[in-house]
This record gives sequence, structure tokens and C-alpha cells, in this order.
Amino acid sequence: MFDLPPVIDRRECMKLMGAALALGSSSCARPPLEQMVPYLSTPEGMVPGEPLFFATALTRAGYAHGVLIESNSGRPTKIEGNPAHPASLGATGAIEQGRILELWDPERSRAPLDRGQISSWASFNATLLDPAAPWRRSEGEGLRILSGRVSSPTLLAQRQRLLERYPHARWHEHEPAGRESVYAGTQIAFGRPLEPLFHFDRAAIIVSLDADFLAEEPGQVRYAREFAAGRRPERGTMSRLYVAECMPSLTGVAADERMPCRPSEVATIAQQIAARLDGSTDDRAHPWLRAVVADLRANRGRSLVLAGAGQPAHVHALTHYINGALGNLGSTVEFIAPGVQASSEDESIAALARDMHLGRVDTLLILDSNPLYDAPADLEFASVLERVRLSVHHGLYVDETAQACRWHAPAAHELEAWSDARAFDGTITLQQPLIAPLYGGRSAHELLGLLSEERSMSAHDAVRATWLQRFGAADFAERWRAALRLGVVEGTAARAELVSAPTLPPPPDAAPADSLELLFRPDPTLWDGRYAPIAWLQELPKPLTQLTWDNAALISAQLAAQLGVRNEELIELSIGGRRLAAPVWIVPGHAPGAVTLHLGYGRTRAGPVGSNRGINAYALRTSGAPWYAHGLSLRKLPGRRSLATVQHHHRMEGREIVRSATLATFRERPDFAQRESERQQPSLYPPFPATGYAWGMSIDLSACIGCGACTIACQAENNIPTVGKEEVLRGREMHWIRVDRYEESDAAAPRSHFQPVPCMQCEHAPCELVCPVEASVHDTEGINVQVYNRCVGTRFCSNNCPYKVRRFNFFQYSRDEPHLNAQRNPQVTVRMRGVMEKCNYCLQRIIPARISADRDKRRLHDGEVVTACQAVCPTQAIVFGDLNDPASAVRAAKASARSYALLGELNTRPRTTYLAKVVNEPQEREA
Amino acid sequence: MSDASQAMTAAGSPLLRGAYTYASITDKIADLVLARRSGRAFWTALLIAGAFTLLFIVAVSYLFATGVGIWGVNEPVAWAFAITNFVWWVGIGHAGTFISAILLLLRQQWRTSINRFAEAMTIFAVAMAGVMPILHLGRPWFFYWLVPYPNVMHLWPQWRSPLVWDIFAIATYIIVSILFWYAGLLPDLATLRDRARRRWQQVGYGLLALGWRGDARHWQRYDTTYLLLAGLATPLVISVHSVVSLDFSIANLPGWHSTIFPPYFVAGALFSGFAMALTLAIPLRAIFGLQDFITPRHLANMAKLLLACGLVVSYSYAVEIFTAFYSGDRFESAMVIDRMRGDYAWIYWLVICCNVLVPQLVWLRAIRSSPLALFVIAALVNVGMWLERFMIIVTSLHRDFLPSSWGHFTPTFWDWATLAGSLGTFALLFLLFVRFLPVISMSEMRRLNEESRGIDR
Repeated sequence: MFDLPPVIDRRECMKLMGAALALGSSSCARPPLEQMVPYLSTPEGMVPGEPLFFATALTRAGYAHGVLIESNSGRPTKIEGNPAHPASLGATGAIEQGRILELWDPERSRAPLDRGQISSWASFNATLLDPAAPWRRSEGEGLRILSGRVSSPTLLAQRQRLLERYPHARWHEHEPAGRESVYAGTQIAFGRPLEPLFHFDRAAIIVSLDADFLAEEPGQVRYAREFAAGRRPERGTMSRLYVAECMPSLTGVAADERMPCRPSEVATIAQQIAARLDGSTDDRAHPWLRAVVADLRANRGRSLVLAGAGQPAHVHALTHYINGALGNLGSTVEFIAPGVQASSEDESIAALARDMHLGRVDTLLILDSNPLYDAPADLEFASVLERVRLSVHHGLYVDETAQACRWHAPAAHELEAWSDARAFDGTITLQQPLIAPLYGGRSAHELLGLLSEERSMSAHDAVRATWLQRFGAADFAERWRAALRLGVVEGTAARAELVSAPTLPPPPDAAPADSLELLFRPDPTLWDGRYAPIAWLQELPKPLTQLTWDNAALISAQLAAQLGVRNEELIELSIGGRRLAAPVWIVPGHAPGAVTLHLGYGRTRAGPVGSNRGINAYALRTSGAPWYAHGLSLRKLPGRRSLATVQHHHRMEGREIVRSATLATFRERPDFAQRESERQQPSLYPPFPATGYAWGMSIDLSACIGCGACTIACQAENNIPTVGKEEVLRGREMHWIRVDRYEESDAAAPRSHFQPVPCMQCEHAPCELVCPVEASVHDTEGINVQVYNRCVGTRFCSNNCPYKVRRFNFFQYSRDEPHLNAQRNPQVTVRMRGVMEKCNYCLQRIIPARISADRDKRRLHDGEVVTACQAVCPTQAIVFGDLNDPASAVRAAKASARSYALLGELNTRPRTTYLAKVVNEPQEREA
Repeated sequence: MSDASQAMTAAGSPLLRGAYTYASITDKIADLVLARRSGRAFWTALLIAGAFTLLFIVAVSYLFATGVGIWGVNEPVAWAFAITNFVWWVGIGHAGTFISAILLLLRQQWRTSINRFAEAMTIFAVAMAGVMPILHLGRPWFFYWLVPYPNVMHLWPQWRSPLVWDIFAIATYIIVSILFWYAGLLPDLATLRDRARRRWQQVGYGLLALGWRGDARHWQRYDTTYLLLAGLATPLVISVHSVVSLDFSIANLPGWHSTIFPPYFVAGALFSGFAMALTLAIPLRAIFGLQDFITPRHLANMAKLLLACGLVVSYSYAVEIFTAFYSGDRFESAMVIDRMRGDYAWIYWLVICCNVLVPQLVWLRAIRSSPLALFVIAALVNVGMWLERFMIIVTSLHRDFLPSSWGHFTPTFWDWATLAGSLGTFALLFLLFVRFLPVISMSEMRRLNEESRGIDR
């Protein structure tokens, strides 16, 4: 699972020798006796061998994402999106998929620790309840609590009760990838903090100013769906997306016209857009800006301008002004009251650090937060923490903060405890436990219950109490069950606030001098670092760089040439007296005047998976400049650090791999992707029988945003092991569906394309021809199946696969560890060393569905079988189904003029085909 | 025999130098086994070969314990050293069979003094070759699943796969080679039995000699059998490497998918085989004083064959480039350009140098008659042919159809250990052969001597 040292150590050797001796001396022993005991009373709805699904929610930075958890015999094994939840609509992002591995992670903390020594909950309780604590006698003076962004109504109520009881206590919030500037922006524009909600499907023109709404904004999965819905070329109209940003993001790749710029230049761009809305034309303006302004003015009420959380408040205010001036307020953008109490300056982590420094903090309770790692560097959190008498850390892992605190209490995972959580649009989900805490962790509700000495400490009681109040006693049971069943509490979506078009905000302070800038972004897979212990997310290639297990100083080719550095060579970044050595990775399309660092790496206490990987960007991040900073200087250092990328070559070399055209071309010639030479070619083999089911897949490259959720969903569904950085460096990653990225046109501002590549399930499969033992065979429904038991590992099939989708177990990658075994999908074989594996269209999902349809003597309906990658896809780019069903969606997709087969000229007749990409470039560029 | 003798006279150099009788030939060859004490050089060589054999055992044990991941193989380069070694070792075997079978049928008398050790070389090389595909498997303990054997699950191999044909080709080859070699050894084993002084030698050689008494009927049957086996072995020279080449040309991979592969591979096999035969013969005759039996004429003849095969190989290289561009297939032409200019270009140019340019020196008589020069050329061809196989396998795989999957292969210590270990094991087997069996066929040399003396008179 991690870097497996491929050696037998002394202990292992002794073990094996001992085992051999035991085996030899007990030649005729029977297999060990195992007990199979039926349930005394079967849990409700359970049929042995069939999974149950429970609705709950996962939160990231306090925003809930509704999910359905697949539970096999009481073991949660897979996360699916909840179609009823507004943030999910049935899909999830990549990170949500990885959370199931976090639940089962054997490295999670297992016991309360007192100064690092294993202690008991009883003594932990005694410490917290200590009546001699000074804050108990002074109405909470000196009691501080630090948490992430809290949106749980129950936790907010508990917090309220605690602060009422101890009025001098204070609750601080710290979110490393926080959205303070968003609320500050609405404060300027509308006079109060508001949460913006966007409707991308209603917008014809979208202008993103450094806002990665496809990956980072709360509600990004829904936004991706809405964005894709506005861009189906067959419908004749497509929205057009303009992006101005520094580091290419998923949104930037999806853009029809992207402009690389330094982070600080975004403000200027926003001002220029605002200034030109009245119709003043300026031919000297940048063509991008001219196109944006022309399009915005032509689409009043149907356009949308938004800024990213990394941009300062006045840029947000400007976007609100622009949207107001264009009449977009209420149509493409709405505002709701934020679910959280607006945190004042007094409640920031900076205020906490200041008070800690002044010795005003007696007891600090840190709830699921890791300030020692991710607090701004200028707060010196580690040193001020030493001034606190009693510091208590509550979290899933014994992380950096837990190490430094007096006490550590293991937290229950979100899937182990009762709670409630609020989505980006205000919808509330009741979170229900899927399993009793695996490692005896407790939830924040329990801790707070203890702290305020409530009557019941149970989280269940706390959540029920909140909702008893809201639902009313009369139909509580019914509504409670309905909410749990559906995964959302009906009617909790926030109502849009009425806002009037704001006036032009005052211009900010003068833009700083032209200097090199340093940009911080949350990591695409680890976010702010809290997901660093999840191996799946470590090994998921970052969408743009295709790097795994590492971050790097991301720079443009131009800057690299100036510095005289190449990929993987070390540079020193220094800013404000802080220094950091980092390996370089060149990102085509990155703005030349800046360097990007992803947060989330360089952790020291994140278990064997997450520790000591990459570089810690927080070391350069200060509270004054949380997202970007000026005055960066770079120096080349000797040496290099190897970085593990899964794709080394990004040019198509004139091969028609991703086929794309502009909307104008598509309208003129909808079959631009078709090639005469690829029409049905002759073959010596008889055609494939046309009866029964014929499974096929179609992937829409116009819709794919390259998020990588399919890769992780597939990994979770199919028990795919991770291999570790060393093995990725050797080119042995195991993903069954990978997302390739290609770039076209000039290197400074290339157009990138994403292409998910699962097995093509060729009808004339080259792999089947060359397998000497018939381990690679065709089933009657057209799936090219791999018989793991039969595979001897010649690897000829992989050599002969033109798509290189086969993956080989060069070592015993699947770890035999009880907790990890429990996570695995019981329907899918765990592969041993020396065996080839690959995508099989989630055969384990097809077979039970077919059996149940056969039992009912009917054919499967379209959509009855959904592959893992299809289910998770936020944009529904993947369509799967029966090609023999005339009404199936996949058949309709394949009938599209855009449909083409990858490497179709080889006459492999793949069952997986692609829909060519269409981009909606502005007129000027087309001409 | 008159045709052959005329040819011999024309060549100007005798096949046997000095005056020998029945007895002196036998004395000279049999004494190498029975009387001669192993010198310091032999023991040193044995020690080195033994050390590398030990390395081979360690490499294989470690491989079986952990998996093929210890090598540099990856996706997309799923085949590398093991298959390169396999093809190379099989190729080396071919010269032995060519010398002993085809030249026998063609009545080329100069084969007489070199066929024995060349056949031994074949067997040991094919043995090394046969091990490689098994080591290469992900689950080597199931290698027998490639063999059609009756089983309760009624599972058979997948007959369309050339890997199954390989099993037959290699198995046939090694069986016929051993039979041929052993049949040829019978009279000599009897000679050794009769001359042995030590008990274990008498018993050992006696058992192996299968009761050979030198009876006229024995000789008559022996000659028939030997000729028949030669007839059986002859097609194998062509078929075995043709089948091996199908391992590649069946695939659709640019660089592999080519109809010229069977003749190309057979020529390459003989090329490397003659190179190895020269590499072994030249030190052998020097160390054991066999200059009278393995004369410059033998070396020159082998060198000429080496050159002839080299020319066919060069032609194949040219045709490969021509068809890649003539076909207009962009994947094929990209592959050729990548070979010449890509990551592994140095290997391509080294191959051209060793396999195309260096053998051209053999056109010069001075080079042909210099054992040292021939030894160097042969060694370079050996290296070149190994690199050629590596080039065909690795450079074709590392950049195929989709640029997103392009990768790189870097050998690990264990890759090198397996190659060096197999060379060491081969050397060890060969040294043991030299020590325990006559390196030159005594019976055939006696016959040759009689016949050539007849001509002299």
C-alpha cells in the first residue's frame, strides 16, 4: 500500500521458517475451525450478501456533501453520491470517495493520550471536568475552543449553550482554506455577510476571476453538473467560459478562453471589466478583455462574473457590482444567509494566538483542527501553545497538534457518529453512523456535552434534541425517519435574500509594485492537508501536473528558463524572511510572474502515508497574506528531488487522440470527428452476436472536467491497491481508469484536454489473442474479462494493448491488514502478486442486476446498471448501458455525430467510445 | 568425399595440421578429460563462473520470493531483460545446430572438429533460454499452465498465442539437441570408458556409453541414427527462431508487427550463434592446445558465415526502416524515428555499429586469419545482438500508440544480476563439459584423419 520494501527482513524470514516447520510437522492437520453463526435477530432490511445503502453526509470545511454509503454486512465499503442532495445530485468529488479509506485507516488514533502516554477516557473526563480548573470559577475566563468552520446546527446549539454558561469563554474558528474574503466582499457590496449561490446552467457567459468553481467552491459538484448542462453542443447553444487565473485549474482547462495572469492582476482585470460595462470601447485593451466585455454586454441577465476565495474582498465586491449592473442578481447569482455565525476578528486564530501569547488562555480545546501544521506561520503557534496550561486535541489522528498538546482524544469519524451538517445552499442532512466507532473515538458533540456537563453526553441525544425542537414533537418520529432515509431534511434549503444592485466599490489601495508573487492553493486531492493520510488521494494524480505523492513549486516555462532550472531541480523561495526549498515543476499555461504552492504537504505527523512528503507551503504563509504574497525571490539550489508523475508526455504528436473543434466548426460539420478510414473495417473473425446484452460506454470529452473522481471511485469499488511513490516513479500505478491530459497549441498558453481512459472492451481485443492461458477472454455480453485465477503473468496482453489500460501486480500490493480488508468490496477479488488486472465495466454490478432481472423474466432497464465511474461523475460525462437496447442512453450517445473510437484505425472495435470535444471560442479567435 | 576434398584443397589450409594417427588423436583429446590436471586458469575460471552461478541462484530466489517488481519492468515496458535474454540465448543455440546438422547434411568436413562443443553450447544456451520465460512470469509456479496437459477442469492453453507455440518450439529444440549431442557422444564415451583408470570414471562413462562396443552393426546404426537426427534438427534451425519471432510479430505493436521477423530472427540467431561459437572456440584452442584440430581454416569459415548472416541482418534493418516509411503508417515511422533519435538512440547506433559495421572487417583476409581480431569481432557481435533484442523489445514498447502512456525502462541491479548470472551459469556448464567430456569428437576426427591421409597419398 505504501512504499513496500521488496525484501524479507529477518523477522519475516524467521516467521516463514517457523511456519514451514509447523507445516511440515503437522502434515495432516485440518483447516482451523471457524464458527458460522446466524443472526439471532437480523438487522432491518438486511439480506446476507446484499449491500444496504444509508444516506448521510460528509463535510469539507463545514460544507456538507450528501452521500449514500454502501454497507456490506455492517461494513461501510463505498461512498456514492446522494441524488436527493442538492450538493451531490448523485455524484461526488474525488476527496469524498477517499473518505471511506480514512474511516478504516489503521493509523487512526486509538486511545486518549496524556502527554503522549496511553490513558483512558475516564481520566480524560476527569481532566476536563476538573472542578479546580480556573475557568470553571470565572465564567469561562481562559477557556478557549478552536475548531474548523462549524455548520452543524447541533454543534452550533451546543456552542451557544456552552458560551451562555461560560460567557467569558471564547470559540475561535480556523479554516486554512477559508472564505473570509467572500463574506467581506458581500459586506462591502450589500452591507452584510452573505453566501453567494451560482446558477451556471442559466448563464450564457461565465467569467471566472480566479474562481475554481469546478473544484474548490462549496457546491462544486453541483456546479460542475450545471456547468456541463449548459454546454451540450447538440442542443445548439453552449455557454462560454472566460477564466483569468494564475495556476491552471480545472475551471481554467474548461475555459473557452483563458488568460494567465498574476494573482494580483485579477483585481485590475475586474476593475477594467467594471469600467467598460457602460459601453466605452477601447481598442488598446487586451483581446481577452474586449471579448469578455462584449460578451457580457450582449448577455445582460444571462451572464455571471465570479471571483475565487483567494481574491481579496474588493474583487468580490466588484463582481457583485458587475453582476448587479448586468442584471444578473437573482438570475444567475443569488445570495443566502451564511449558515455560520460570521466570525469577528476576536474569533480568529490570530486573536487566539495573541491571547495565548499574553497568557490569557488557561484551557484550549482544539476540535478536529491542526493549527500546529496549518496556522499562519507568523503566529508561531507551536511556541504560544506552550503557554497554555491545559491543551486538549480532539482529532482522528495523532497529528502535529496532538503531539504538542497535553491531551489527545481520538475523534469518531463522520461515518461513526451522529451529527448534522449544512450544505452550500443551506440544506441540512442528518449524519448517521454506519458503524460503531472502530477505534473508540468520540464525536465533538460528546466532548461538548461533557464540557458543559449536559445531562446526556450522547451525540444521538444531542442531535435528536436539536431536531425535536425544529420538527416539533407531534410528527417528530416520522420526519426524523424521512430525513434519515432521504439524506436531507426537507425544506431546509435557505431562501434567497433580497439584495439590490450595489454601487461601484471604492478602489482598493494602490496595486503593489511589479514583483514576483507567491500563490497558495488548496491541494487538488489533499485539500488543506487534512486528507494527507489517505493513500488513495495521495496517489490520485493532480489534474494538471499528473504528480502523485508530492507537491512542488509550480512555475511557468518562461520563469524556469529565466532561473535556469528544469523539472525536479530545487529552488529556494524566500519571502518576508522565510525560506523554503522546493523542487520545481513546470506547468504550461502558468502565469510567468508567479509561483504556485499547493497546501497540504510537508506534514510530519500524518502516519506512514502522509508524513514527510512534499514541502510545507504553510511555512511561507502568513495571516496577512493567506492566498498570495508579493516580493518573492527565487534562487536555484544544487540538487534535485524526484517527483512521481504518471504521465510524461502531453503532446498528441499529430495523432487524433482527443478530437476537438470549435462550436462554429461543429455547427458546420457535426461529424468533424468521424474518419472514413475508421468505418467498419474487414475482419477474418465473425461479427459479434447481436443478441442478449451488449455493454458499451461513451465518454463525452466536452463534459469531462478532469476531476479524477472516476479514478478514485473505481479504486474504491474494485479494491485497487495503491503502490507508493517509489513504484509510481517506476511506472507501476494501478488505476483502472486514468485521466490523461493533452495540450495543444503554444506552450505558454496551451489548450488542455482531459481524456478518461478505462478499458475499451475491444470486440477484437488484441489482449485476448496473445494470452497463452486464456486468462483474458470475452464474455457473451462483450466484456473483455480478466480471469485472475488463471493469469500467470506473462504480461503479453499489456504489451499488445494499444490503450495501455492493463495494470500488473509487480509485487504483492494489496496489503493484508484486517481493517483494510474490511473496507474491501466483497464482490471483487483481491488480486495477488503476479496477476494482470483491468477495468471490466464493473462486472460485479452487472451480474447481480442481470440475475434479478432474469428472475423476474425481464430485460434490464437502461440505467439499472451503473458503473462506479459513471455514478460518481459530476458532469455525467460517462454513459454506460446496453447497446442492444434501442432506447438506451449509450446507444443514443454512440449515434451522435461526435462519436469516435480511440485508435479506431487499428480495427480493435472498442466498446468504449468518445464524444469529441467542442469548445465555444469567442468570435475573434475563430476569425 | 572427393568434392569436399577438392574444396578443402582449394581453401589452401588443412583441416588438420600435423601428422596424427588413430592413437595420437585419441590420446590428445581423451587426455584432456582423463589425464590432464586442471590448471590454475581452469580453477580460476571455474571459481568466477561459480560465483556468478551463485548470483544467479540468489537473484532467482529473491525473484521468486518477492515478484518481478525487483526488475525495472513497468507499464508500458512490461517485457525487458528476461525476454531479451531469452531471445538472445535461443539465438546462440542456433549456430550449434547449424554446424552439426546442416553442415553434416551438406557434407562440410570442417564441421568435424567444432561440432561437439558447438552442440554443447547449443544445449547450455537453450537451457538458459528456457529458464528465462519462467523467471519472467508473474506467477512462475504456474508455468505448466502453458503446457497442454489433461486436467479435470478441461482447461487448455490458448492456441492462438505464440507463447504456447514457443513452449513447443523450445521443448522440441532442447530434446532434439540433447538427443543429437548424446548420440554423437556414444563412441567417444565408450573410448573414455575403455581408457579410464579410475573406478568412478569407468562406471560413469560405462553407463553413459550404453554398451557401445564398436561393432560394425553399431557403427552402421549409429551413422543412420545420426543422419536421421541431423535431418530432424535441420528444420528446427529455421523453425525455432521463426516461432520466437512470432512472439513479437503477432502483436500489433509498432516495431513488432512485421512480416520480415521470421527470416530476420533466424539470420540474427545464426549471426549471434556463430559469434558465440567463435568466442568459445578461440580461447578453447589456445588454452587446451587444440590449434591442430581447430585450425585457422575453421575460424575463417565460421567468420565467413558470420559475415553472411550479418549481411542478412543488415538487410533486415534496412527493410524495417523502408517499410515503416513506405507504409505511411505514422506509428511505425514514429517508432523508427524514436529508435534513431529517442531516449534509446545510443543503443540503436551501437547495434548498427556492432552488427553492421564491425563484421564488414571480415572481408579482409588479414582479419579472417587473426584469431585475436576474430575474437574481438565475435565478442562485439554478441553484445550487439543482445542490444538488438533489447532494442526491439524495449524501444518498441516504451513509446507506442498513446503518448500519455509513454514510459521509460531503467534496469535494476537484479536485471543485471539475472543476465550476468545466466552468463555465469552457462560458463560453468561449459567448463564442466570441457572437463568431463571430449570437446572434439574423437571418432569423427579419426575418420577425418583417415580420409584426409588417403587424399594426401
